[in-house]
Amino acid sequence: MQIRTEPVTINIGPQHPSTHGVFRMRVTFDGEVILDVEPIFGYLHRGTEKLAEERNYTQVITLTDRLDYVASMTNNQAYVLSCEQLGGIEVPERGQYLRVIAAELQRIASHLVATGFLLQDLGAFATPLMYCMRERERILDLFEMLCGARITVSYMRIGGVFQDAPEDFWPALRQFLEDMPRFIEEYEGLLTGNEILLGRTKGLNILSAEDAINASITGPLLRASGVAWDLRKMAPYEVYDRMDFEVPIGSAGDVYDRYWVRVQEMRQSVLIIQQCVKQIAPGPVRTNVPLVYRPPVGDAYVPIEGPKGELGFYIVSDGGIAPYRCKVRAPSFINLSLLKEMLVGWKMADLVVIFGSIDINMGEVDR
Amino acid sequence: MTVLISGTELAQRLEEAVAGSVDGSDEFQVWVKSEQLIEICRFLKETPNLAFDFLSSVTAVDYVEHFELVYHVTSMGFNHRTVLKARVFGRLSPEVPSIASVWRGAELQEREIWDLMGIKFLDHPNLKRIMLWEGFPGHPHRKDHLGG
Repeated sequence: MQIRTEPVTINIGPQHPSTHGVFRMRVTFDGEVILDVEPIFGYLHRGTEKLAEERNYTQVITLTDRLDYVASMTNNQAYVLSCEQLGGIEVPERGQYLRVIAAELQRIASHLVATGFLLQDLGAFATPLMYCMRERERILDLFEMLCGARITVSYMRIGGVFQDAPEDFWPALRQFLEDMPRFIEEYEGLLTGNEILLGRTKGLNILSAEDAINASITGPLLRASGVAWDLRKMAPYEVYDRMDFEVPIGSAGDVYDRYWVRVQEMRQSVLIIQQCVKQIAPGPVRTNVPLVYRPPVGDAYVPIEGPKGELGFYIVSDGGIAPYRCKVRAPSFINLSLLKEMLVGWKMADLVVIFGSIDINMGEVDR
Repeated sequence: MTVLISGTELAQRLEEAVAGSVDGSDEFQVWVKSEQLIEICRFLKETPNLAFDFLSSVTAVDYVEHFELVYHVTSMGFNHRTVLKARVFGRLSPEVPSIASVWRGAELQEREIWDLMGIKFLDHPNLKRIMLWEGFPGHPHRKDHLGG
């Protein structure tokens, strides 16, 4: 007897635990194998770029928090760096060090969320995620000390940072830096050599360096494919040129390498913060920039290495108090360029893992 | 440190390779004719000592009398970058060639520009609205979009 078969189309999302927000994919399956994927964007589109045209330069900082809301510090940083280049503003050294400390803490927090949720998607239910969230919580506590907020920080200002770190911040940071390497050891001991993790991620979804570069993919995804491209090294901003750190790269470009690169980057971030703590000297944290900032006519684009890839704001100024145009080069969005090619041919159970390994944030994808 | 390639120097080379393609240039950028975008991009990508293999970002700005497309391109091998700009005139149906065939990374960004700025990309593999739904009135990033 012959059984009649036909492809089935199902919706993954917009409400689905593995889509990390409100992302929708229309996926066609042949049995368990993916035949076609159509990503559907826009469920969280808030028109941030248009809103920015109606607010002054300082107010836009609060909008940037709400783009990638698990990495608000780096969003702040990318935005203020572009604004500063427009007006040719120099940031005092202590301000730059505080920004680098905040950005690296944020990178650790973002990678903790990325790896924690990747393992959650793999089926390691709750345990690794809770371990990651426990450490992330401590980073958020540090942010609370810096600026009073945990997620929507708005800590950075054009010309520096909002305020100097309070005195009790430094012992708490030192304690965190002492504990973090131990935590990474513990986490890796639990997972990196784990047979189930290896079985599910090794050789899964290999992305070649050529394809990744051509599709403008950046961040840990590109580095997992073996390209040592990190803007902190290639185009150092702030005080990164004084930092001694390595850029971990993967060898195969599979899901396992993406996980591994993120874990190693956390270690490097700890090293960077330790150097900052050693080098930071007393001084002002902000230059005097008027609250209503009017940069001269022109445009600026200063890309930074965000936790998810190249993050930059292309700002056009017409000499007024608000940006004439403020475009966000969002790594989460552009890293999805190859989504269809990455998923076709793999199985349903791999879909959530591959998707999780890209590490996107819907606030940034839809803006 | 990433080197910014001088726009004037690059303009000369572009003029030699693709005659009549340059509109103007200064130290930081080159203005090119939008009709010859694909030839220019291919030249930038395939010339061995330029090797712009990575398209950092594509965007469009509405200057009311014209639109300006802005391409930030980088060479990962040489660690240099440049900025290409192309002016598009006409508000009713502005059109430019899509460069998604040269750099795949342009595909989603061009869709976004079509959706929000209303510039049509010719020969784009999948030019549909992306953030908003089909049938949404107007293109909200235009300066004359009132919304509401």
